[in-house]
Amino acid sequence: MLATLGKRMVTVIPTLIGVVIVTFLLTRVLPGDPAVYFAGPAATPQSIADIRKQLGLDKSLPEQFARYVSDLAHGNLGNSLSTGQPVVKEIKSRLPASAELTFLGLILSIVIAVPLGILAAVKQGSWIDHTCRIVATAGVSLPVFFTGLLLVYLFYFRLGWSPAPIGRLDAFATAPPTITGFYLIDSVLTGNLETFKSAFGQLILPALTLGIFSLAPLARMTRASMLAVLASDFVRTARASGLDSKTVILVYAFRNAMLPVVTTLGMVFSFLLGANVLVEKVFAWPGIGSYAVEALISSDFAPVQGFVLAMAILYVVLNLIIDVLYGVIDPRVRLEG
Amino acid sequence: MTDISLSPPAAVPPKAPSNSIFRHARYVIAENPVTGLAFGLFLLIAICALIGPYVVPHDPLASDTTASLQAPTWRHWFGTDQLGRDIFSRVIVATRLDFAVALFSVILVFAMGGLAGIAAGFFGGWTDRIVGRISDTIMAFPLFVLAMGIVAALGNTVTNIVIATAIINFPLYVRVARAEANVRREAGFVQAARLSGNGDIRIVLTQILPNIMPIMMVQISLTMGYAILNAAGLSFIGLGVRPPTPEWGIMVAEGAANIISGEWWIALFPGAALMIAVFCFNLLGDGLRDLVDPQRRT
Amino acid sequence: MKRRDFLKSATALAATSAVTAPAVFSANAQTRQETLLLVTENGPNNLDIHGVGTNRPGYEASWNCYDRLITHGKKTLADGSISYDRDKFVPELAEDMTTGDMSVTFKLKKNAKFQDGTPVSAKDVKWSFDRAVSVGGFPTVQMKAGSLINKEQFVAVDDSTFRVDFVKKDRLTMPDLAVIVPGIYNSELLKKNATEKDPWALEYTKSNTAGSGAYKVVSWKPGVEVVYERNDDWAGGPLPKLKKVIWRTIPSSGNRRALMERGDADISFDLPAKDFSEMKKEGKLNMISNPIGNGMYSLELNVVKPPFNNEKVRQAVAYAIPYPKIVEAAMFGVANPLFGGPSNNVSAITWPQPTGYKTDMAKAKELMAASGAGPIETTISFDLGDGVNSEPIATLIQESLAEIGIKTTINKVPGSNWRSEMAKKSMPMMVNFFSGWLDYPEYFFFWCYSGQNAIFNTPSYVSKDMDALIDGARGAAAIGDREKYATDVKGFITKAYDEVPRVPLFQPFLNVATQKNISGYQYWFHRQVDYRTLVKA
Repeated sequence: MLATLGKRMVTVIPTLIGVVIVTFLLTRVLPGDPAVYFAGPAATPQSIADIRKQLGLDKSLPEQFARYVSDLAHGNLGNSLSTGQPVVKEIKSRLPASAELTFLGLILSIVIAVPLGILAAVKQGSWIDHTCRIVATAGVSLPVFFTGLLLVYLFYFRLGWSPAPIGRLDAFATAPPTITGFYLIDSVLTGNLETFKSAFGQLILPALTLGIFSLAPLARMTRASMLAVLASDFVRTARASGLDSKTVILVYAFRNAMLPVVTTLGMVFSFLLGANVLVEKVFAWPGIGSYAVEALISSDFAPVQGFVLAMAILYVVLNLIIDVLYGVIDPRVRLEG
Repeated sequence: MTDISLSPPAAVPPKAPSNSIFRHARYVIAENPVTGLAFGLFLLIAICALIGPYVVPHDPLASDTTASLQAPTWRHWFGTDQLGRDIFSRVIVATRLDFAVALFSVILVFAMGGLAGIAAGFFGGWTDRIVGRISDTIMAFPLFVLAMGIVAALGNTVTNIVIATAIINFPLYVRVARAEANVRREAGFVQAARLSGNGDIRIVLTQILPNIMPIMMVQISLTMGYAILNAAGLSFIGLGVRPPTPEWGIMVAEGAANIISGEWWIALFPGAALMIAVFCFNLLGDGLRDLVDPQRRT
Repeated sequence: MKRRDFLKSATALAATSAVTAPAVFSANAQTRQETLLLVTENGPNNLDIHGVGTNRPGYEASWNCYDRLITHGKKTLADGSISYDRDKFVPELAEDMTTGDMSVTFKLKKNAKFQDGTPVSAKDVKWSFDRAVSVGGFPTVQMKAGSLINKEQFVAVDDSTFRVDFVKKDRLTMPDLAVIVPGIYNSELLKKNATEKDPWALEYTKSNTAGSGAYKVVSWKPGVEVVYERNDDWAGGPLPKLKKVIWRTIPSSGNRRALMERGDADISFDLPAKDFSEMKKEGKLNMISNPIGNGMYSLELNVVKPPFNNEKVRQAVAYAIPYPKIVEAAMFGVANPLFGGPSNNVSAITWPQPTGYKTDMAKAKELMAASGAGPIETTISFDLGDGVNSEPIATLIQESLAEIGIKTTINKVPGSNWRSEMAKKSMPMMVNFFSGWLDYPEYFFFWCYSGQNAIFNTPSYVSKDMDALIDGARGAAAIGDREKYATDVKGFITKAYDEVPRVPLFQPFLNVATQKNISGYQYWFHRQVDYRTLVKA
């Protein structure tokens, strides 16, 4: 196990190096001059030049890159221009917000997509099958920011069912003490029911928006894999042995069909983590996506670099975990080195 | 997003006589009316893109502030926006731009990614490793943010949106093309071509490429939907096409702030158009897949 | 399998939680009464105005958490709203002020204390003023605008007496002492937090308030919210009614509007014109609107490079702009027109005031023909951050200019690039907004039209004659020569309108929405919220 893990790490390193280089180049190519921004309104060419020297931006590109890499090695991702805070600190505080949202969205999505996919596979070719396909495809066809806006309009503004979209908590509720950073878990762990209700209420709409968007790949994958499994020999044997339909489908077929779905889950999760930038913008969610978008728009490159690096590492770690999980669940699968 | 195929990819036999393709198509469409619907929608979209700008009732760029923010009426079927421009005309004219963005991005990524993937699958070795590394590096980025970064760095033009979309879809095409080329590497017809004295490049271009085209067509159709959504997302952030150009995403962005004040039509119609177009491309991709390789039907 | 049970319980949980009323206010109704929830589009990036690159919301934190020697009195306007009084000064941290010929002496309040308990003394004032003129950037430039330039000007006579010596007579010195920049900082505390590289402790004040002001920041989550608590020992004025202020950043204007209409927020500040005009019609909230003093939106043309170095072309543009459409469709009527006046040759000294231009396509085409310039292709730029207003304006102007042979592409410049682009002075045509803190016409012209070619002089307009008029006006104001002042002011305004390097469009309003039980909002020149006068019934 350790040997295969080690081999996997080795293949991952060139990718990470590539990511670091590309991010650095990309952000240096971004238009906009941080020195002018820092020099403030009424800047003179002299003050701009002074600030540029202060920020180290007058050095050559390779020198800047060397500085950047050595900063990275010390865990220093620089400071954000627009908030003035160290990037590491901000990412640490904002990552749980995005992760909590993405997890809940994924759970909601699984709750709908998996049963739908199973039904569609079991009753292949019927109207349920077509409905499944249409619903799943429709979910992914809507622009995710549009879905979010519609939901806010319907459920907050018109019906008043959901609370105001102003972030993770109602303005007058206090955040639970940080154990995991996930408000739902932390408030349960500290026995604070009010905060739990507030946090959950705020989470519903954005999680629903994300969930709708990730329905399609999950439903499709479930359906495809169920279809393949239902056509296999052992299921035929189970049926022939006289086991009733429900047991066959849920106890035997489903478990076996879940494996590719687990892999898809990993991909969908990392895709969502990057794609929820738009949802966070609509719902004022203090997550890592909105952080990166605002930084990008204002040519504030330290947060963008930090965000991309964090996501890349997360993606790599996630894939590793999925592969390990896969090997644990299914002994037939051999990890490739 | 892609589906991971379960059954081993099967090699598609060389081109069959045309009438059996039509018969096969008719059979597939009859069995799955949704695909027929998708084909119909696609034709509608293509017609809008081609002749739309010539038949719209109003000039999409003409402002008329006396008629601003009007709900749908007989004069303005989809209502008007803040500057009094007719939304129906703008939605139809935007079809051309969005369709073009989608089309050119997929053509570009097919050229880059498809060929790179084929080379990687066919030649293996260092080509495979390098292409794989590039692909992995791109995949490690959160794709939408990468697209944003590229457009922000290069500038807000339609060309750059096309380039950005192509780059972020590159790994997908590489993966599909590589898998397909790999399978066909030692296939009979390739070996025959080699025996006849064809060089590797010639084999790739004249044998393998046409052979995997059907599978790639499926991929292309699916990606067109994502290309449009990508362009719309970028416009929403402010990195998309420049005003006053009509484009569905930018129109939804303009209408977003108006939803709360009750002017639902400004965002709804372009949003619906977006959804219908992407929906159509997705269903089309599914239908094409059924047509081309029934084994992979999902 | 217990999956089904899990699904059942999960849906049950979802059902109960989704129906929360928009109030977790049940707990602690009392504190809710004394807490204000303010929502805006952007939040601060630094709590200290002396900080490097502090944005405008950061000024609000400084205003409320630090005191100045003097501040402005207030006056009630015609529509019943309250505004600061430009011409009336009242004591804040100083209890007494004696003006000499070339100096002014302040006596500090004996009971003034910093928020950590240390008494305020004159040496704190001197340290703070030294800081303001030494940190560079915007604060130093602002101090300079009132002729507060050298540390030597600031003298701590004794523990409770402070004197400012003038380097020259300048009418703007007194108002400059009342702006946000010369706040009084707790020098002992900050000296403890200073380092060799950071002698003014700018790092510390970025996220901590070290003042004597009415409020202190107890929590700041950048990009999310700032939480203030009242300083119960405040000596700078009557004790504010609000014990706690929560300032939340909500980027979407639609969400802010929804919050207000549902009663979930108390104040929404700086509303877009559209939201303001619609919410006003609905009548559910208090809608307050004040014209932004010394401010205007204009179309600015680079006079150094072709095609706009040709005066007739600029005048043609001034006649081709669809002014009424802009006020109607882009600003929903919530703006003071700065066009259609009797003549460019002005007879009043108010600022801003309307030009003599109006939409006249025939005249525009005539001028274009007379200019000798052929058809023109250029770009029209604006700050993406101000897109809500600037985009429709730019689009309407683009359409009109096309009719007189000027073809433009629209260039949206994001965020911080806007400052860079302005510094480069490379944009041929742009939609821009400027307003000065000191509401005097010569102040505006000093920044926007004078030969020092500051960053705000976006047209790069440099003219000796104009400089002579501006300097003349400033000098006349300093010695109280009203007649010369009026002549020079009328002179420079007329010249600016004739040569039209920038075409004034309209004077925008600062729009605020509050719940009906909120009162005490006051308009300030710095266009930020002053929490100290707000009352929640």
